[in-house]
Amino acid sequence: MLAIGVVGGGLAVVTLRNVIHSAIAMMICFGALAGMYALLGAPIIAAAQVLIYLGAISVLILFAIMLTQAGDANLPAPFHRQAPIALLIALVVVALVSWAAVTTNWHASADAVRVVVETLANALFTTYALPFEIIGFLILAAIIGAIFIARRPEEDERAG
Amino acid sequence: MVGLQGYLVVSAILFGIGAFGFMARRNAILMLISIELMLNSVNLSLVAFNAYIPAAHNAGAVFALIVMAVAAAEATVGLALVIAIIRTRQTPEVDEYHDLKE
Repeated sequence: MLAIGVVGGGLAVVTLRNVIHSAIAMMICFGALAGMYALLGAPIIAAAQVLIYLGAISVLILFAIMLTQAGDANLPAPFHRQAPIALLIALVVVALVSWAAVTTNWHASADAVRVVVETLANALFTTYALPFEIIGFLILAAIIGAIFIARRPEEDERAG
Repeated sequence: MVGLQGYLVVSAILFGIGAFGFMARRNAILMLISIELMLNSVNLSLVAFNAYIPAAHNAGAVFALIVMAVAAAEATVGLALVIAIIRTRQTPEVDEYHDLKE
């Protein structure tokens, strides 16, 4: 059921003509993914998915679309000329990865193991403390870069 | 089919959809959305591995959180770039950006 939501939402994202509709379909897809994370016994990841993707990135993308779309009176053709080749490549990738995933013996346990939030937090701040600091620095750099790129040139001159 | 392999197949299908959208769509913002779909599919496979393989010791969940943070940074910079380009070119269609070619 959730898989139908994920795959159907993803298909709607890439096939709908109107970009706003695609963004709404993306939110459906991300919501279904959050449900799958909860089903996999990782409620903290599901909460992060809802906060970051449904909350932040979706709103950011909707804002970008509304700032840039001139109007939906005459929508251009959504696909490139190379769409058939892209479809072929994507199908080959899906087939290969699915084949590898199904035929490999993963030594997996039968049931999903629940993620205990306390052990996850301990791992994040002890074993993985260096990656944690690095992504903090990366996000700082991304914020500064985004402000620098999106700034209008005339504000430069006004600032001196 | 339910179990680790079912989640991995869903993840592979979502990655394929994202790759197709990135290669085939003409709208720059939709290409960014497709990148988000691909990152999410990798996240799904990481969380599935984490849940079904006990030897992972929560590495998959930690990686998933880190991937989310990096995806947020990528979306921020990517959308800023797209808005800056659209402001100068007045169109979101990527095949009309050919300044570097001239």
